[in-house]
Amino acid sequence: MKTLPAVDVVIVGGGWTGLLMAKELGSRTALSVVVLERGGPRKTEDYSTDMDELDYAIRFRMMQDLSQETVTLRHSPSQRALPLRQHGSFLPGSGVGGAGEHWAGVFPRFVPDSFELRSRTIEKYGAGRLPDDHSIQDWGITYDDLEPHYRRAEFLLGISGKAGNLRGTRIDGGNIFEGWRSTEYPTPPTKIPYVSSLFREAAKSLGYHPYPMPAATPSISFTNPDGVSRPGCTYCGFCVRFGCMIGAKAQPTNTLLPVIQKQKNVSIRTGACVRRIIRDGAPPNAQVRGVTYVDASGEEIFQPAGLTILASWTLNNTRLLLLSGLGESYDPATGKGAVGRNLTHQVLLPAATVFFEKPLNRFMGAAAAGIRISDLDGDAFDHSHLPFLRGGSFAVLNIGSGPIANFGVLPPSVKARWGSDWKKAGLHYYDRTGSIGFDGEHLAYKGNYMDLDPTYKDRAGDPLLRLTLDWRDNERKMAEFATAKGVELARAMGAKEILPFPGLRNYDATRYQSTHIQGGTIMGSSPDHSVVNPYLQQWQFSNLFILGGSTFPQNAAANPTPTILALTYRTADAIVDRYLKQPGPLA
Amino acid sequence: MRRRQFLTLSAASLGGVLVFSLDRKSSLLTGQDKRLRIPLRFFDESEALIVAAAASRIFPSDDSGPGAREAGVVIYIDRQLAGPYGRDRFRYSQGPFEDAPAEFGYQGKATPREIYREGLKNLKGFDRLALEEQDARLQQIESSLFFSLLRRHTIEGMFSDPIHGGNIDMVGWQLVGFPGPRMSNYDDIDKHFGEAFRPKPVSLRQVTGIDVRPSEDEK
Repeated sequence: MKTLPAVDVVIVGGGWTGLLMAKELGSRTALSVVVLERGGPRKTEDYSTDMDELDYAIRFRMMQDLSQETVTLRHSPSQRALPLRQHGSFLPGSGVGGAGEHWAGVFPRFVPDSFELRSRTIEKYGAGRLPDDHSIQDWGITYDDLEPHYRRAEFLLGISGKAGNLRGTRIDGGNIFEGWRSTEYPTPPTKIPYVSSLFREAAKSLGYHPYPMPAATPSISFTNPDGVSRPGCTYCGFCVRFGCMIGAKAQPTNTLLPVIQKQKNVSIRTGACVRRIIRDGAPPNAQVRGVTYVDASGEEIFQPAGLTILASWTLNNTRLLLLSGLGESYDPATGKGAVGRNLTHQVLLPAATVFFEKPLNRFMGAAAAGIRISDLDGDAFDHSHLPFLRGGSFAVLNIGSGPIANFGVLPPSVKARWGSDWKKAGLHYYDRTGSIGFDGEHLAYKGNYMDLDPTYKDRAGDPLLRLTLDWRDNERKMAEFATAKGVELARAMGAKEILPFPGLRNYDATRYQSTHIQGGTIMGSSPDHSVVNPYLQQWQFSNLFILGGSTFPQNAAANPTPTILALTYRTADAIVDRYLKQPGPLA
Repeated sequence: MRRRQFLTLSAASLGGVLVFSLDRKSSLLTGQDKRLRIPLRFFDESEALIVAAAASRIFPSDDSGPGAREAGVVIYIDRQLAGPYGRDRFRYSQGPFEDAPAEFGYQGKATPREIYREGLKNLKGFDRLALEEQDARLQQIESSLFFSLLRRHTIEGMFSDPIHGGNIDMVGWQLVGFPGPRMSNYDDIDKHFGEAFRPKPVSLRQVTGIDVRPSEDEK
């Protein structure tokens, strides 16, 4: 194994969190920083020719190559896990920018009480209301701690939207259920497509409070505080699973890379697949010495570093800790150990698929352009007499309507699945079909967790990560409730026919839900039940920080990237302002 | 090495000479009976004729407009199977292979190529059957993995960018009213409410002016 000269900081992963940390350290310190990214290089120009639904949205050209590595899944510890052989319920990215390149750009903050979920729920409903086998925890921080960092993230990306709560003042037309915000959004709301405008009127007529979706596809051109400019969105409809062809949608390559490329102390190595985190000594004097990786030629390399920052995607953060034997792995039988615990996804479903009389021109749009309601999110509504805790938001977006994925979505009255009748119905409904999406909170349970699979291996011979994951009553009942509300909204939109969501049974790895899968290296206020402290610093190894959704104790009902970026800013401050001055535990 | 195989089609049957009007009535231009010899990458000619016939029953050419035949769906499928997708280049394909409930996704070992070769064995002479008999034959295999792939690939061949060999002359996009990779809808996104807005389709090569390389041409 080749050993390279030591650097001050090594960052594992070149997505949103890794590159944001690299940019912050690069501009605020003189430290030498190396980012290791297992995929290839990427730049905005790569996307000028990517508007091909087949190669990008159907064949997943930008996603992780599963022939090299995937994960296994089982619904309960008594089952044998099977590999997810093709992409399905979530879509891990690969290459510089990671999943941040092909994301939708939906940018809502989490509701304030989600950070104190356990204590707030007990306070209001009593401990008896928490599900039997839950492992819900407070985050160890509050919304107020995070608010300034949310603001920084919104200005970094130039988010479009309308405030609904400016320093405590409710503002009609914005999200009146959101936490207080110190400033208005950096750019005005996006244009609103037809089907979303139908949803807005329907929601109003039912007494809800619709507002424009906060979007990383800005309504107008924007220059951020780093001096990086991006054009406004043109609503071409190629956002999700694509890189933005004009660089309007905020992506690490068009938002962070322009700054990093000018920083002499930061370098990015692509094709560098990290295999182990190398440790030295035992607690309380334990330190991480750096990482080993395999480069594109297959050579194994040791990169020593003073500070190691784990910033790969959720599942890989957890897997690297497990493969490196770093920290105690979680044992669901005893509840001991923290690495791998609190695996959560989201209750994300089409509450109602809505068939209309009139055409919708759905090819026009952006993945984050549309209308959302939060009246049934978090604890905004009373749960005393409901059979579940928490809730979620509803949204109607015009995300573009690739005809491969969307042809053949038909109302219940059409039975044909091929042939002339099917074709005719398909042609008629292709542009007359909308979806009311529900995005609900997923609680943490003792039995939903990650460990290493005993059977299946990656190309290099290392065990795959094993997910033990299934829905519980809380999610199934929340889904039923959301479906009924979705059907009411669909009727109010003037639906000709409605296809309600059929209900959640077992976790289905074939239905795309979202790439918002979280947990495994969670944050908390005590090393007994968390991997990192509230500054995302590993409790025992003080020169190891872990960034990303893997640090969420459980999942709120919103897209995670704003919270992930806000937490990254907060950690960057803690490293620059405190850790570098006096290395050691920050909490 | 196998003999080079071709699929011979009349130009008139392909979308290249179709004129498609806004009221969804198609009409063929006359005088185009030139024969086209299309080199096959995966199928042999008899297989290609069966796949073309079956795709044409799934997505027929009828009074609602052109179908799989005019779009060249068989050409699309042939190229997909010959390329990385056909041999499962990007799928996790290490064993052990076990049966599993549907929520775990396809767990089989067979690649799309193998599924087609196996499935086509049961459709010998299909292209020479009467249409009603063809439909009856497809109904018998409706629940097979082969049929579900064929159906999915037919949709892909109808509606993917023409760089992939199907959707010839964008007949599929014209049928459904999808304009392809249109660079900007900025001036239209908040207009045309309740009315069909149908810009003339453009392909990726037309929009970018670049000879974009599709995934099936990669190793």
